[in-house]
Amino acid sequence: MTPEAARALAREGFSRRDFLARSGALIVSFRASGLLERVLDAQGPFDTRASHVDPRQLDSWIAVAADGRVTAFTGKCELGQGMLTAQTQLVAEELSVPISRVHLVMCDTDVCPDQGTTSGSQSTPTNFNQGSLARAAATAREALVKLAAARLNLPADQLIAADGAVASRTDRTRRVLYGDLVAGRKLNLPLDGNAKRKPPGEWTVLGTPVPRLDMAAMATGAFEYVHNVRRPGMAHGAVVRPPSVGATVASVDEGSVRGVAGVLTVVVKGNFVGIVAEKPWQAMQAAAKLRVSWREAATLPAQASFYDHMRTRPSRDAFTVHSKDVDDKLRGAASTLTATYLHPFQMHGSMGSSCAVAEVAGGTVTVWSATQSAYPTRSGVARVLNVPVETVRVIFTRGSGCYGINGADTVSYDAALLSQAAGRPVRVQLSRKDEMAWENYGFPYVIDERVGIDASGAIVAWDTEAWFASLGGRPGYDAPGNVVTGMLAGFPTAPFRPGAAAEPSGEFRNGSNAAPSYVAGRVGARAGGTGTITNERVLTHTVASPFFTGPLRSPSRLQNTFAHESFMDEIAAHVKADPVEYRLRHLADDRLREVVSRAAKAAGWDTRPSPKSGSTRTGIVTGRGISAVAYEGDNGYVAMVAIVDVDQATGAITAKRLVVAQDCGPISNPDGMRNQVEGGALHGLSRALGEEVTWDDRRVTSVDWRTYHTLPLGFSIPAIETVLINRDDVRATGAGETAITVVAAAIGNAVFDATGVRLRQVPLTPGRVKAALALRA
Amino acid sequence: MSSVALTVNGRSHTLDVDPDTPLLYILSDDLELKGPKFGCGLGQCGACTVIVSGRAVRSCVTPVGSVGAADITTLEGLGTIDRPHPIQQAFIDEQAAQCGFCLNAVIMTAKAYIDQHPRPDDQEIERAMSGVLCRCFTHTRMLRAIRRYARGGAA
Repeated sequence: MTPEAARALAREGFSRRDFLARSGALIVSFRASGLLERVLDAQGPFDTRASHVDPRQLDSWIAVAADGRVTAFTGKCELGQGMLTAQTQLVAEELSVPISRVHLVMCDTDVCPDQGTTSGSQSTPTNFNQGSLARAAATAREALVKLAAARLNLPADQLIAADGAVASRTDRTRRVLYGDLVAGRKLNLPLDGNAKRKPPGEWTVLGTPVPRLDMAAMATGAFEYVHNVRRPGMAHGAVVRPPSVGATVASVDEGSVRGVAGVLTVVVKGNFVGIVAEKPWQAMQAAAKLRVSWREAATLPAQASFYDHMRTRPSRDAFTVHSKDVDDKLRGAASTLTATYLHPFQMHGSMGSSCAVAEVAGGTVTVWSATQSAYPTRSGVARVLNVPVETVRVIFTRGSGCYGINGADTVSYDAALLSQAAGRPVRVQLSRKDEMAWENYGFPYVIDERVGIDASGAIVAWDTEAWFASLGGRPGYDAPGNVVTGMLAGFPTAPFRPGAAAEPSGEFRNGSNAAPSYVAGRVGARAGGTGTITNERVLTHTVASPFFTGPLRSPSRLQNTFAHESFMDEIAAHVKADPVEYRLRHLADDRLREVVSRAAKAAGWDTRPSPKSGSTRTGIVTGRGISAVAYEGDNGYVAMVAIVDVDQATGAITAKRLVVAQDCGPISNPDGMRNQVEGGALHGLSRALGEEVTWDDRRVTSVDWRTYHTLPLGFSIPAIETVLINRDDVRATGAGETAITVVAAAIGNAVFDATGVRLRQVPLTPGRVKAALALRA
Repeated sequence: MSSVALTVNGRSHTLDVDPDTPLLYILSDDLELKGPKFGCGLGQCGACTVIVSGRAVRSCVTPVGSVGAADITTLEGLGTIDRPHPIQQAFIDEQAAQCGFCLNAVIMTAKAYIDQHPRPDDQEIERAMSGVLCRCFTHTRMLRAIRRYARGGAA
């Protein structure tokens, strides 16, 4: 057993002996078996790992019933992006059974393997390539063929699996049904690293636009979300969050709710305060009425100067790349260009405020949770309740779309704490304000960009220095204090430790897109980047955030890409080059080059430098802009051309048309991918144009949909055109965070093209546009 | 607490509740209906929308005692998985959802509007939907589904 595996077991509360007893004697190195996938940054664990459900055993993933129905167990859940349908397609394809005969169980810690967190655009890479669920399904098919060979007395290579049976290739009447082969027994086999997946060319289910399996239930109100879970004897909880950041409980006057209808109990644990009542409305009213005396102070840095404040804080530094010759090159360059880009805290802002149901009874704990992290949440709940982890079961139950760590984890702790105290099943649904004031926001960024340009107009050195603020994050298996409930209940938030940057070592990793696509990414002898610029420095400073932060759809990648792709546009304009042609001149990666070219072609790109000549200085003007990225360096390739109108009287930007070209390798479900591109494009537009967390000297003030601005259904929606590049000779990559990453720069670049004005601060509000227009020479 | 009579999806109910309780809680907790949802509790997003006497009403800010004898229709009152209502079928045909949490808001608001304003043009639809949110930003497909329904189900 590897040290990692041993630590994983220990963390789960198992001794090695327990694990051996439960899983049989086969212990191999997890890393060598390829089951551990890479972990990028600190977004959370995505990999498949040891638990009481042994991920190396086929039976942990796939069960074939006597009637031929297939049940698949996965540790990657449906968050609204189509993973229920796509994973069902995968299993149906590899096992050659109709989709209707496959049932997928997602993230129930009693029966599903631990696949960490469903996030980071890692579900497709993890489960749709050679490992985990895909490997299990391929292993199962080969095992069934082998069983059939013995049963039919034919060599395995003369057999074919089709429609839930194995038959002779030459005489299809000689066949045996899966159900008859297995008869509901366990297959009792390890996953086979040599099991062959079906080549994409032979796919008939995977790769096709199978309609969403959950669509009709959702459209008719039959679908059960976590909000709809009802348990016998269930009570309802509400939480009383602090009135300001850093506030602590001085006293709680429980008498203030005595006699309020339906109130069962007031729960105080450290600074966690909650109420349990018979009915949800009673709980909410009682929570509003409960008199809590808080110690509080004005502690928050001023929002108006926050970006400058970030630069002055102690920081933990990291180089992504550092060729050490950048300053010399910049000094020797024919010209240099600098610019600073700013990106605010933004929120997940789920449509439904987060909800969970917990049942603490008879020495066990069951939590129905919309968490992305079933097993980590299981560990977190065990810590928060101080009970053994083996007694906790988390049953993933769908919630409102999360886009990263919304309130799903924290409300799971809320429900667990209140159920433990009340001795009844408790459902907690956060108020809108509880959700928005205390969630883990997306990181704010300050990014300084600097390049040197030679006499031919080519970039000879690129220097990026960024600051971003961070606090808490995903709780993982052992840090419940990384979200608000855990912190209030007394668990430490991961401490901030400043530190100097080490020189880059190992291989170039661009998981946060800290480096622009145009640098070569040379670390040691190898250049791992997608660009041509070899004089390169990318330094990132992490500073402490006053608010909780965490992964928000395209975390850091979006902010960094806004800066890099806007700046690339500035450089192209500086040397009077066409923005598409200039990008291609500095790109070495074929897949990234292709999405840039394909997006430009599909958009009917007008090849010329920006800004457009002849635009008037009044009225509405139109421009076009492009932006592109290799998401996380190699996890999906996307380019977007935006066509926008700018109303120079009001400063309003209206996106008219967004053309997206995307290459995420072999496509599991093209309609699902289009849905992700369309949603990502408009989510990105909303974040680019209006979304910004606001605060005063004590508290967050963007706490509802009047104070936090999202684009509603009725806004003037741009036409979205999607070019999907389907490749079957590469790994399948994530597709949920690609399009969103490039929107803000594409829009800003189009505004520049239309007006000659450069916007360097998100959101690109009418006020900022007008202010920039007023400064126009 | 007092006795409140309601007609929901054609069925009569008599409940002993505080008449100030927002209708949403009665529907989703007492009657255990899954269509109307809690989004914001402030009437800002539409997740809780039901149709009361033909009008789209935000049930999270509507006291149950104010509804009286009016007919209340929820998302599940329109159709079923096997027999979806034409507007639900339009959303299925367009695959117009991601997480689906806002579908109640979108479908109920659009249905009430189109029932009262047949054959709306695109701008009228956009205006009618201007107070409805979807945070997965499935806007494009949803508006396509609404237009499909407005045209009588044709693509």
